[in-house]
Amino acid sequence: MAAVSPLLETRNLSRSFGGLKAVSDVNFTLEVGEIRAVIGPNGAGKTTFVSLVSGRLAPSSGAVLFEGDDITRLPAFKRVRLGIAYTFQITSIYGNLTVAENVALAAHQPGAKSSLEYLERVGLAGRAAQIAGTLAYGHQRLLEVAMGLALRPKLLILDEPTQGLSDSEITNFIELVRTLSKTATVLLIEHNMPVVMELAHRITVLDRGQILAEGAPEDIRANRAVQNAYLGTADA
Amino acid sequence: MFLHLAVIAALFLAQFAASEYIVLMLTRIMVLAIFAIGYNLLFGYTGLLSLGHAMFFATGLYAAALGTTLMGLTVPAAFAFAVLAGLAVSLVMGVITLRASGVAFMIVTLMFSQAAFLTVLYFGEYTRGDEGIVIPDTIRKFAFLGFDVDLANAVLRYNLALAFLGCAIAFSLLIVRSRIGHILIAIRENETRTSMLGYDVQRYKLAAFVMSGTLSAFSGACYALMFAYAGSTLASIQYSIHPLLWTLLGGASTVLGPVLGTGLMFVLVDLASSYTNANLLMIGVVLILLVLFFPKGILGTIRERYWKWLP
Amino acid sequence: MAAAVLALSALGLSLVFGVMRVVNVAHGEFFMLGAMLAWWTAKMVPGGPLAGFMAALVVAPAAVGFLAFLTERLLLRRIKYDPEATIVATIGLLFVIQQLALSLFGADAKPVAAPFTYRIAFPWFGYSGYKLFVVVASVFILVGVWWVLARTRYGLIMRVTQFDRETATAFGIPVNTVYSAVFVAGAALVAVAAVLIVPIQQAHYLMGLDPLLMSFIVVIIGGLGSIKGSVIAALIIGMADGIISVFFSPTLASIIATLAVALVLVVRPQGLFGVTAR
Repeated sequence: MAAVSPLLETRNLSRSFGGLKAVSDVNFTLEVGEIRAVIGPNGAGKTTFVSLVSGRLAPSSGAVLFEGDDITRLPAFKRVRLGIAYTFQITSIYGNLTVAENVALAAHQPGAKSSLEYLERVGLAGRAAQIAGTLAYGHQRLLEVAMGLALRPKLLILDEPTQGLSDSEITNFIELVRTLSKTATVLLIEHNMPVVMELAHRITVLDRGQILAEGAPEDIRANRAVQNAYLGTADA
Repeated sequence: MFLHLAVIAALFLAQFAASEYIVLMLTRIMVLAIFAIGYNLLFGYTGLLSLGHAMFFATGLYAAALGTTLMGLTVPAAFAFAVLAGLAVSLVMGVITLRASGVAFMIVTLMFSQAAFLTVLYFGEYTRGDEGIVIPDTIRKFAFLGFDVDLANAVLRYNLALAFLGCAIAFSLLIVRSRIGHILIAIRENETRTSMLGYDVQRYKLAAFVMSGTLSAFSGACYALMFAYAGSTLASIQYSIHPLLWTLLGGASTVLGPVLGTGLMFVLVDLASSYTNANLLMIGVVLILLVLFFPKGILGTIRERYWKWLP
Repeated sequence: MAAAVLALSALGLSLVFGVMRVVNVAHGEFFMLGAMLAWWTAKMVPGGPLAGFMAALVVAPAAVGFLAFLTERLLLRRIKYDPEATIVATIGLLFVIQQLALSLFGADAKPVAAPFTYRIAFPWFGYSGYKLFVVVASVFILVGVWWVLARTRYGLIMRVTQFDRETATAFGIPVNTVYSAVFVAGAALVAVAAVLIVPIQQAHYLMGLDPLLMSFIVVIIGGLGSIKGSVIAALIIGMADGIISVFFSPTLASIIATLAVALVLVVRPQGLFGVTAR
């Protein structure tokens, strides 16, 4: 394994918005099969960081490598084809299309009915014919994940997936991500600390655009700098 | 499918019952409905609102008119030339204008179309501007695959227009039901999402743009050759608004909507013209009422309430 | 001269787009109506061109503003200021106004006498006093609008509304009233521009298209919604138009200008002077 390059690597990755450095010199590595959580206070640059990885934003400087290849200049849709799937923080589904068509589009078989498998995995198979916009919010989040799955990604980026979910939905969700991680590496941006602590193999803490700390969940929990950055909000 | 065949069949039968005047009007409607069908591919299915389709219509119109009168092309060759010209112009325009989106796209297409209109006027020596080119009847008589064709013949012209319209409807159906059709709708519904599913959104938009522009050019060529006339009014902003209006009225993103809308609008203007010649007023009022009360148009509303299967 | 009036009419469009994020395609028709009303007022009001002119300066903006008020209430508000629907609806309005103007006022061009005809004699050329007055008046109005936007409470309210509708509502700003006011103000401005220009350029029912396209050009180059940009762009275009027209035929000049601007919009959608929208 040692000779194999990491799944994802960023080198001095930076992005600024009109003088404000949202992400600054981030060197980040992610190994195959990991569940990695990225946490940090609001405005720490988490979403900007994954947008740079997924190609929704272009970096000001630095490089992104996927399976050892430089993908910095690759547009987002090509990165998706390489195996980087991104699920949106704000639910972004096709509200006027059926649930099945949503997933079929993600599986690149629009119009086909082969999408049931992915819907089963998130527990939405019974709602395939429903118009996606009429789903309950929690179900829309699950559909979003099913679409991510249908892309058969190597790397699945989940941007605050549990936001707005109920406790029972969250419990199911944790199970779901565990099963997912058998086939894909997961990069999870999450606010909900119990979820992070339960799922993540390793945690990366971002603060003001920089990596503040990185390590196993228990190390991060004990890390003073992290506690300070959160000012006690992450005591969970 | 059945419905579409029924519409074609009804139009075929109509020629035996209708007066000469109505046959001429229906011919015109069918030719312009092709324009609207082309427009709908871009506006209805892809969600891109162009305010410049007059430039594609005019491309076909003038390619056919100038091709036959100045370059000595036969009518079939002029059709081919017009389609190629439409393809080329829409490809170039698509590459440029699709860099903009939303309101900027609308304004950019409007301005390019205006530039095209001014170009037609600028080359007034050839295009004869407002007055227009009249294609002599001698050119419109030709032999094709062993048949003698005379485009001045009203019956023949009617059936030719019907055949072309049938092809346009079939083409539109084919696209809408195909993989690319589904992807175009996905782009309309949520462009960012579609791109983040790994689709090359720009390429699909360009494909829709070119199909739409080329079909519009084809309609323009039909217009010039069948009615023997090409004038600058047909290149003006009004002719960019017409297909939008027809599509909106009949129902955007339905295959038959543009056809219905074109027909209905013609009938409305025709009826109104016995009272007043204020057809601009008519267009304006219908546009406003549609936007306010029927944004989905006739067939769109029918689909929503009754026939969910309508393509 | 052309630049001054252009800036004024573009300002109205820019103001509306800046705050409300909608493009009013009927803007040019408001201009045409302003001009028509100026002609009509001048005809109705006795007491010579000056009295007519003064009356028109009141009547035209008031009437056009009222029409704009109705448009905003009955049309734009109902479609919730959806950008695309607004364009389509205002295209409809454009046709309606144009046709009504044709039916009411006829198709012939209508001359209006200038309120005064004093000529200023410079050593090297004579210059119409009225034209100079138009320039001064335009500059005066531009500065006035700028002052309102930059220095007063109303300007602040507008800028907050422009920034974010929801936030503005949360701060207790009556967003609907602001929208009405801005739309009316935009129309009134273009009507004033029309009253000013009509003694120089006759009133005609088709005159709306040119200022509309020119206003598009100015607003686009200036950056949609940026007032400073609009003014600078208007000056450039006004002068460039004069210069290009010297070398090329007016049609060719228009083609070149239109293409150039369309390209600007493609390459820099935020305009040459604009800042990137959020």
